[in-house]
Amino acid sequence: MQEQPTVKKEEKKQYSKLNLGPTHPATHGIFQNVLTMDGEIIVDSEPTIGYIHRAFEKIAEHKPFYQITPLTDRLNYCSSPINNMGWHMTVEKLIKAELPKRVEYMRVIIMELSRIADHLICNSVIGVDSGALTAYFYVFEWRENIYEIFEEICGARLTTHIGRIGGFERDFNETAWRKIKNLLKELPKALKEFENLLVRNRIFMDRTINCGPISAEKALSYSFTGPNLRAAGVDYDIRQMNPYSSYQDFEFEIPIGTQGDTYDRFMVREEEMWQSVSIIRQAVEKIEKLQDKTSFHADIPSFYLPPKEDVYNNMEALIYHFKIVMGETDVPKGEVYHSVEGGNGELGFYLISDGGRQPFRLHFRRPCFIYYQAYREMIKGAFLSDAILTMSSMNVIAGELDA
Amino acid sequence: MTKPTIEQIAEVLKEKFGQAVLNQEVQYDFTIFTIDKASILPIFRFLYEDEHFQFRFLTTACGIHLPENEQPFAMMYQLHSLVHNVRLRFKSYTSANDLQYDTITDLFPAANWMEREAFDFYGIRFKGHPNLKRILNVEDMDYHPMRKEYPLEDLTRYDKDDTMFGRDKAGFKKLN
Repeated sequence: MQEQPTVKKEEKKQYSKLNLGPTHPATHGIFQNVLTMDGEIIVDSEPTIGYIHRAFEKIAEHKPFYQITPLTDRLNYCSSPINNMGWHMTVEKLIKAELPKRVEYMRVIIMELSRIADHLICNSVIGVDSGALTAYFYVFEWRENIYEIFEEICGARLTTHIGRIGGFERDFNETAWRKIKNLLKELPKALKEFENLLVRNRIFMDRTINCGPISAEKALSYSFTGPNLRAAGVDYDIRQMNPYSSYQDFEFEIPIGTQGDTYDRFMVREEEMWQSVSIIRQAVEKIEKLQDKTSFHADIPSFYLPPKEDVYNNMEALIYHFKIVMGETDVPKGEVYHSVEGGNGELGFYLISDGGRQPFRLHFRRPCFIYYQAYREMIKGAFLSDAILTMSSMNVIAGELDA
Repeated sequence: MTKPTIEQIAEVLKEKFGQAVLNQEVQYDFTIFTIDKASILPIFRFLYEDEHFQFRFLTTACGIHLPENEQPFAMMYQLHSLVHNVRLRFKSYTSANDLQYDTITDLFPAANWMEREAFDFYGIRFKGHPNLKRILNVEDMDYHPMRKEYPLEDLTRYDKDDTMFGRDKAGFKKLN
């Protein structure tokens, strides 16, 4: 391991202050860091966050459960379907809803698709920040293809609001299945080419290896999760540790790194995309083998809105519709915690219900918010240009950071 | 190493800290210990340092406001033993005129911003915290917005007045 440049503090030395952000084009989001610089080397930094704080936890205390899904979209907006699913599963855990296998597998497909979209952005942006713009434009086409699948399923692209409490709003249509299968066929080629551009690229390697490293102990003490923790060498993945949505039925591996530097984070994300492709392939096969060909939601009429034609023609459906919309359905009292493996790590929902239509308290465990604390320590003694790369490789998303 | 059961952990905790463990319950497969405020740090340190349990990962921490309660404020902590994959939740209540906890940042550096968040939104103070100031809200804000007595709408805004629509300012309540 190459040694980091160290800074010796001298008595009469004057350091210069540099304002990195709040709206710096290289930080991909609104973060402010007031850096104390010794030439090109960072002596210290003072991060300020909260520029896009939207008080989601407060708003959530005033919204019925099903209206909180759009709030979760805006946490990590690069992989909003995972956030949506995480929230749905939290409420399903609270009301003890059992989902058909088919729905769970469909959810796995959506979550893994959005994981790929999330990692594609992060990895290609590492390329951009180290001066390789080509790869970025190249894979953005594939993110677009994934968004087209979301569009086919729920009508939205970025802030998807996909699915409902209890399943999906409608079944995947023919086009969606065709697009998923086409993606499975074509994406590996694109990923391969993306890797050819960067993985063994001498300039990219020199730029990223040993840039912003963090040890496994430090990462754990800062409660890192997700690819950033795995890059440091800890194989903690909630999909295997506490499987949800039938992840236990799938075979996949957890890639880990050794150094915890930018290159390892890049490689871990890269391998995770391959694993995601394999999981989606398994899920599609499993769904095809299932007896059940039609179910796309659980049988929980008091939480899942009935189809509109039934509301107009069927008394019972009308009553349920009314009860759901007016918040007349009883919810159990209690507190529940559910976490999913988001694009950036453990995305947890801590929900206290007092039996009312809104949560009494909803706390989001946002992985970005927790691991961004370590940024100050990670860039101490590094070059300014490495600080930019470190931030983009940590995939700090402002929406999730500030909630 | 064998995975410790919740009963074993509870037994050891009760033996070591006796009175400090006020309550133990299970909600949705998650064990919750209600503990005395003064013993948070000793209990966490014991669980952290114990060679068998190894609760060395702080998943999350947050404040809670329960205005109906005799002790209306609480802190919630979730510890995770990654070696055994056991999760525990700790809750500790306090009264409004004693809104101070000991910081756990010495044990878990990750608690730094979580405690700042609890301070920002609930006004809970942390003794010994290295940098206890607001984190997500502006620094000159003079209230703690997640407390239940504050309505959703920002009280300091003067550009929003819904009285002509029959609603009181910010409160979303209907006027007569």
